[in-house]
Amino acid sequence: MGKALGLLLWIITIAAVAMFAVHKWWFPPSITEHGQLVDNQFMLTLVVVAIVFVLAQVALGFVVFQFGSSRKGDATYSHGSNKLEVTWTTITAAVFVTLGILGQQVWASLHFHEAPPNALTIEVTAQQFAWNFRYAGADDTFGKLDPLQMSDSNGNPLGLDSKDPAAKDDIVTSTITVPANRPVQLILKSKDVIHSFFVPNLRFKQDLVPGMSIRVHFTPQVVGHYELACAELCGAGHYKMKSYMDVLSADDFEKWLKDKGVGK
Amino acid sequence: MAEHEVAVHAHHPPTGFIKKYIFSVDHKVIGIQYYFLAIFSVIIGLVMSVLMRLQLGWPGHQFGFLKSIFPIGAADGTISPELYLSLVTMHGTIMVFFVLTTAPQGGFGNYFLPIQIGAADMAFPVLNMLSFWTTFVALLVMIGAIFVESGVVGPIGGWTGYAPLSALGEASGQKGQTYGVVLWIISIAIFCIASLLGALNFITTMLNMRAKGMSLMRLPLSCWGWFTTAVLALLSFPVLLAGGVLLLLDHLAGTSFFIPANLFVNDKLITEHAGGSPIMWQHLFWFFGHPEVYIAILPGMGATSHILATFARKPIFGYRAMVYAIFAIGLLGFFVWGHHMFISGMDPRTGMMFSLVTLTIGVPSAIKTFNWLGTLWGARIRFTTAMLFSIGFVSLFVSGGVTGMFLGQTSLDLQLHDTYFVVGHFHMIMGVAAIFGMFAGTYYWFPKMFGRMMGEGIGKVHFWLTFIGVNAIFIPMHIMGIAGAPRRYAFHWNEVTGEGFEFLKGIVPVTKFVSYAAFFTAAVQILFFANLVWSMYKGKKASVNPWEATSLEWTVPSPPPHDNFGGHEPVVHHGPYEYSVPGAKTDFIMQTDPAIAETGG
Repeated sequence: MGKALGLLLWIITIAAVAMFAVHKWWFPPSITEHGQLVDNQFMLTLVVVAIVFVLAQVALGFVVFQFGSSRKGDATYSHGSNKLEVTWTTITAAVFVTLGILGQQVWASLHFHEAPPNALTIEVTAQQFAWNFRYAGADDTFGKLDPLQMSDSNGNPLGLDSKDPAAKDDIVTSTITVPANRPVQLILKSKDVIHSFFVPNLRFKQDLVPGMSIRVHFTPQVVGHYELACAELCGAGHYKMKSYMDVLSADDFEKWLKDKGVGK
Repeated sequence: MAEHEVAVHAHHPPTGFIKKYIFSVDHKVIGIQYYFLAIFSVIIGLVMSVLMRLQLGWPGHQFGFLKSIFPIGAADGTISPELYLSLVTMHGTIMVFFVLTTAPQGGFGNYFLPIQIGAADMAFPVLNMLSFWTTFVALLVMIGAIFVESGVVGPIGGWTGYAPLSALGEASGQKGQTYGVVLWIISIAIFCIASLLGALNFITTMLNMRAKGMSLMRLPLSCWGWFTTAVLALLSFPVLLAGGVLLLLDHLAGTSFFIPANLFVNDKLITEHAGGSPIMWQHLFWFFGHPEVYIAILPGMGATSHILATFARKPIFGYRAMVYAIFAIGLLGFFVWGHHMFISGMDPRTGMMFSLVTLTIGVPSAIKTFNWLGTLWGARIRFTTAMLFSIGFVSLFVSGGVTGMFLGQTSLDLQLHDTYFVVGHFHMIMGVAAIFGMFAGTYYWFPKMFGRMMGEGIGKVHFWLTFIGVNAIFIPMHIMGIAGAPRRYAFHWNEVTGEGFEFLKGIVPVTKFVSYAAFFTAAVQILFFANLVWSMYKGKKASVNPWEATSLEWTVPSPPPHDNFGGHEPVVHHGPYEYSVPGAKTDFIMQTDPAIAETGG
């Protein structure tokens, strides 16, 4: 019985390690600078965790394989060893705390600095089950919003104030288009319940909370067409609250803006 | 042990059926009541998970039999998104509250804490009865939440019930969020009260009712598990209770604790509310929610330690370190709730603090694992079913624990938060590891509770198939999370209609594999239920101490008399795990055996 259980534990360990090692199902490619750092930190953690996992499971497999009641000799009578307790406590504390400190770096770089001055600012407003993206337009100023003018059915989902001239040239889209290699600042808002902005390729996720404006920034580097998902349960249509992020080259982005009526 | 056979009842057992079996104040009857309440709940939760796996594996497929069960939620036999989310919500709520919180503590803790410490009953027997019946009322109300809005299966907001989705009621425009949510909140509030009453009782009992000689460091580790769990429950449930009351007021009375101004829902501006904070609900919820994880797992750790020592025929390696590690986990558990909220919009600097403390919890967890391995090292293991499940517990605890090292890091949570990586992680540790603790406890203590042995052969088959099954379900989920699959989605990619997310097309085979593994594992549990029922009536009669174990529950008849020790007060001379003591006549020394000068203890 013990031998079989020991073998099973080892087989499960090998299967688990294999599943993480083959990368058949893995992260979609990263398209940001910080994304590469996230992936590096993930791989570092994966190596540390794999060592801990394999050592623990293999040891467990070994003791059940080895120390069954059919073996010769008596069970050892021991109440433990303070020396061993201190040793393994110190080692695990050092490893885990180091990992914890290293894991803060990307977070700090994303959240503890203001967006660079050349960043493109886009306001993201989520609602049950759609995304609205607003660009400031030619005047580079976001127009006022008036909740009383909000109406999904009349095509003014954000409630752009018709009396504010700055609102006239604001561009509102249902997918997000950004230039490559230029910092993007998002101002995240929600109209109704909590949603979450998740583009797996960005290695980035942030909740959009009604009543709050949350500013985040990142720099997409690879031109492409990427899927955007909602990652916070927001109602029955949560699973299909889908949009796209288009990353365009600088030239194409200028063209896109021009098509939207923003000439420069 | 001859001294225990002189049974004189100090107080007589009740004779009427109702006093004896229904409104009993006997902690043993109450323990069994809690246990069966959990068994009933786990069957509901299990069936719900099978339905979810049907939908996830074959989205949009018509299952004729569903039409008759859910005439509106599955009108044409396909599971609607509302029905799917209701299943998610009720599966989580029922499993967390009525299974994971109920069986290990209310069930085994109630039954065995008093006996293991040498007491005749809990400190407050009537309060104990009230805790159970309050829990029972909570379960009835929760079942009401399933049916109150016909056709759906209750609320759709997940077991975390984030506001404002959970606070808006009809205005949210979502089915199940009106009366379903109200009953869901009321049920949880009632459950909080029941758990508080229970926690007070456990703490008082363990501190005040120990038999002569039962010093704190002679307590079985199972008692330390239940005690620490009770302390956590005492400190965390009031916060959830307060949160629940505030949420209910927002929902019914027009207050705005969690609802900010100018929400625009369902093409309508909501003008009745202003000034609330959705994030405050998350703080209140997770201040309870994280300790709750330990409320679910600590009794399992205690029971597993107890069982490992019994069948390793060895003392626990590092007993004191084990006790301190339980305390450390309990204490640190109160300072990590923010790791559920890294991306919630709270101050990112707070996230760093929560992240560091979270990784620190890995230290006492590792200490426990090392000591379990130390206990098994040089053992003579008896591979009973209870022992197999305890070894399985250790393995699952490691597998589920190590992935916390990813999720506890702010930077990695950016990607992994709310993906299947999280689902795999918490099911592994708080779900199946805790359940393995319950299985181990059942196979180990059943003979004492019911006076009969459980079928060991069928029990072992149950272990092998379940252990393989749960690994096959939950390890692949981590991979799905790495691929980016968000949780609480009715589906990720529908092969038939081509709906969903292109980047998740590739994981369809993994999803199907997980579904098959789930059906297999769920089916295997029939072996357990059959064994349980069969053994209660037909099992081999159990002796006083079938496992040759040392603690006090094995000194009394199986099942024990009404006042546990038959009017006799046990006196304790030894530590809890005196196995294979050199020079002793047998390979175990009961805690009540007379002191022998040369063994100490």
